[in-house]
Amino acid sequence: MEIVSKNLNIDFMRVRRAAVILSILWLIAAAAAIAIRGLNFGIDFTGGTLIEVGYQQDVQLDSVRQALADGGFDGATVQRFGTPRDVLIRVAPDAASEEKNSAEVSDRVLRALSAAADGEVDMRRVEFVGPQVGDELTEDGALAVLVALIAILMYVAMRFEWRFAVGAVAALAHDVLFTVGLFALLQIEFDLQVLAAVLAVIGYSLNDTIVIFDRVRENFRKMRKGTPASIVNASINQTMARTIMTSGTTLVVLLALFFLGGENVYGFSLALIVGVLVGTYSTIYVASAVALWLGVSKADLMPVKKEDVVDDRP
Amino acid sequence: MNQYPLWKNLLVAFVLLVGLLYALPNVFSQDPVIEVSAARGEKVSETTKMAVVNALQRADVPIKADKMLDDGRLQIRFSDSEDQLKARTVVAKALPPDYTSALSISPDLPGWMSAIGGRPMNLGLDLRGGIHVLIDVDMEAAIETAVERYSGSVKTALRGETIRYVSVKESGTSIEVRFKDAQTRDRAEEVLGEELRDLDMSSADEGGSYFIRLVMSPDREREVRKLALSQNITTLRNRVNALGVSEPIIQQQGDRRIVVELPGVQDPAQVKGLLEATATLEYRLVHAGPAEAIEAKASGRAPAGSKLYAERDGTPILLKRQVIVTGDQMTGASSGFDQQSGQPAVIVNLDSNGARRMRDTTTDNVGKPMAVVFKEKRTVSRDAEGKPVRQWVEEVINVATIREPFGARFQTTGLDSPQEAHELALLLRAGALAAPIEIVEERTIGPTLGQDNIDQGMISVAVGLLAVMIVMAIYYKAFGLVANLALVANLVLIVAVMSILQATLTVPGIAGIVLTVGMAVDANVLIYERIREELGVGSTPQASIHSGYERAFSSILDANVTTLIAAVVLFSVGSGPVRGFAVTLAVGILTSMFTALLGTRAVVNLIYGGRRVQKLAI
Repeated sequence: MEIVSKNLNIDFMRVRRAAVILSILWLIAAAAAIAIRGLNFGIDFTGGTLIEVGYQQDVQLDSVRQALADGGFDGATVQRFGTPRDVLIRVAPDAASEEKNSAEVSDRVLRALSAAADGEVDMRRVEFVGPQVGDELTEDGALAVLVALIAILMYVAMRFEWRFAVGAVAALAHDVLFTVGLFALLQIEFDLQVLAAVLAVIGYSLNDTIVIFDRVRENFRKMRKGTPASIVNASINQTMARTIMTSGTTLVVLLALFFLGGENVYGFSLALIVGVLVGTYSTIYVASAVALWLGVSKADLMPVKKEDVVDDRP
Repeated sequence: MNQYPLWKNLLVAFVLLVGLLYALPNVFSQDPVIEVSAARGEKVSETTKMAVVNALQRADVPIKADKMLDDGRLQIRFSDSEDQLKARTVVAKALPPDYTSALSISPDLPGWMSAIGGRPMNLGLDLRGGIHVLIDVDMEAAIETAVERYSGSVKTALRGETIRYVSVKESGTSIEVRFKDAQTRDRAEEVLGEELRDLDMSSADEGGSYFIRLVMSPDREREVRKLALSQNITTLRNRVNALGVSEPIIQQQGDRRIVVELPGVQDPAQVKGLLEATATLEYRLVHAGPAEAIEAKASGRAPAGSKLYAERDGTPILLKRQVIVTGDQMTGASSGFDQQSGQPAVIVNLDSNGARRMRDTTTDNVGKPMAVVFKEKRTVSRDAEGKPVRQWVEEVINVATIREPFGARFQTTGLDSPQEAHELALLLRAGALAAPIEIVEERTIGPTLGQDNIDQGMISVAVGLLAVMIVMAIYYKAFGLVANLALVANLVLIVAVMSILQATLTVPGIAGIVLTVGMAVDANVLIYERIREELGVGSTPQASIHSGYERAFSSILDANVTTLIAAVVLFSVGSGPVRGFAVTLAVGILTSMFTALLGTRAVVNLIYGGRRVQKLAI
């Protein structure tokens, strides 16, 4: 069975200018979304307290809010989490109040809730992140992405050629910006797990890019005729079956995770699904296009011939 | 063509066999157990073991097995958690006071499996439930205390040599001592240079004043920090052990943080209170009667040599400034009840120094009242930078008349409840913290959510895996089936490696496995597409297999190395759950390289190798 014909020959590179314009447009949109709407950071980054509780019966959010207000937490956000019995409560950090910045918040919230519901409240999860830790995590997170990009840039430059490395990293930056931008636009919570997913997207998208670059390198050496653009085109076509299969199988498992993995991995799997899709696109229209645009040529990829060492010792 | 040498086939078989062996412990059921440990890491004695087992028999609680563990703890297995819960109270009653018991789960492995070191994977707190806290040690306070201690020594040293000083001031890591004239200063310099070698000393004259400046050297400062951290870790470990939690993790993270992970803990409020507690006791003589105390409270001025305190009900009381003994001098404490009044009490043991002081003081003061002060450091507010401001909160919990002299062992009453007595004894036993701490991060997962997470994780792995296998089988026929074998082998190997490394499986970790499943087939897809291409340009089946594997190799290697880079970065920069993801991702990449390249090749060679083949089922 085959999904794509052996003689597939789509001229991907013909529309590369349009694609680049499209990419630039949505990257501007992504940057604007991040700048204007901002990311809806989870408490991993902002600090604060998050409490997930389960009730025995369906519960009205208003009654939970009332119970919290009675306990002195009128500023808390209350939302449903999956089922009508599960409720997620967030208490933002408050610089003015010592009590809202300590690990004791969760204890007091739980006490307030179980007092109001006659003890019928099941503590499912508590997360507390102090303000200074939140700041550290934000810095570490940004650092992680940066370090990963630089390490990858160096590896690809070493194994291939600098133009490919720049192309690959441009594609990665594109994927990261796009994914993060989408999270900003839709105001989906951005927490540590989503950050991990973004880093995994880097890994995946790179995988994809490397496979095609590998083929491009091979074809540059093998094909005697043809412009760089046509060789890149041929390489993309030759690897198309693989691209579809791999992104397809990866998407299949991610969809399983998205629909069956529970509320806790929602952001994580969503980020990865988006990342796999844009990662596949960016391999063709960002990585390859940038490498071409930088003027990658046959001569750059010829294997370096080792000169014979002449033993001139007497 | 396409035949592996025997050693390669054996290698693949061997690795898979070992993998299977070490993955196997994860299949065995987990028994509820109770673990009994003796105080201070001693072994549980045979008599204690008999006492516990007999008590359980008398109470009709069926035991599945009992065993002494290598570290000297006693482990009792039960068939179900109902028995375990029933046994809990029975065991607690049967144990001598210094023993603790903890509920836990433990896999029921055959002996040979434990003998070869087979253990199931470590489940993260998000899967088994429990509390994770990150604790920040207040290093500035540790330095401050050290400087205060030095300035105390400075004063003592100068007084000892009857050298008069104008003032001793501490600021930051330095102490400034002022003298009236240069001569005194020079003499003091000599004395202090002899006594305080840890400090860098310099002298200065300024506008008729003569100074000595003592500064803590950076080396010494580093030492103080290190000591504060390690002492706090020891204290926290003692406290956690006293709680009776099984498999606790107490670890240093960075240069001022401590991670504490307690699986299965149900009451996070109690745990946090205990970890952060800084309570201690002080014994002082009463200075004067209630009339003077009320007067002192009204005027706000305590008579010389005394200090104003309040009892728990708010009554003012004047105590002597001089402390008889402090918490530092206590070597042991246990809770119980006063035999006469039936009140909850803490029985305290003193070290030889403290005992001597206590005996001297009580001998001289028979018939006079003595007070017990309960001291606790609490966060009262926060400064502009968000740093906590802590203060000692002191209250008198008990005033009693000294009837007869006593020394090393005595009891203190006046506590509100047996629970309070118990917790105070626990704190006194575990020792005081060397520097104040603050919980800066907490993640608690209730037991129900943990089980949900396991179930959902398993289902998504199973469904994802099945779907991928169906696609592969349809698309690549026989070769697809080989890839599926590799996929299953890969999962087994991941589980085996995680079990051997005792790495922790978390929810993001499961997600990492799911992702590896998706990406693991990539290597096989690359190879198979190459084989198809080769067949397409007219190569023979055998040659196609050979060059398919050969040519796909560089792509596979590059792709995996780069993903590995991402995983390593993730591990080194990330924390907690993110690390769990990085570990499974990295392990998955390595094992999938093995199964997808060597593993599938071995099987393909077995099927097609070394014979004439007309057509490949691909």
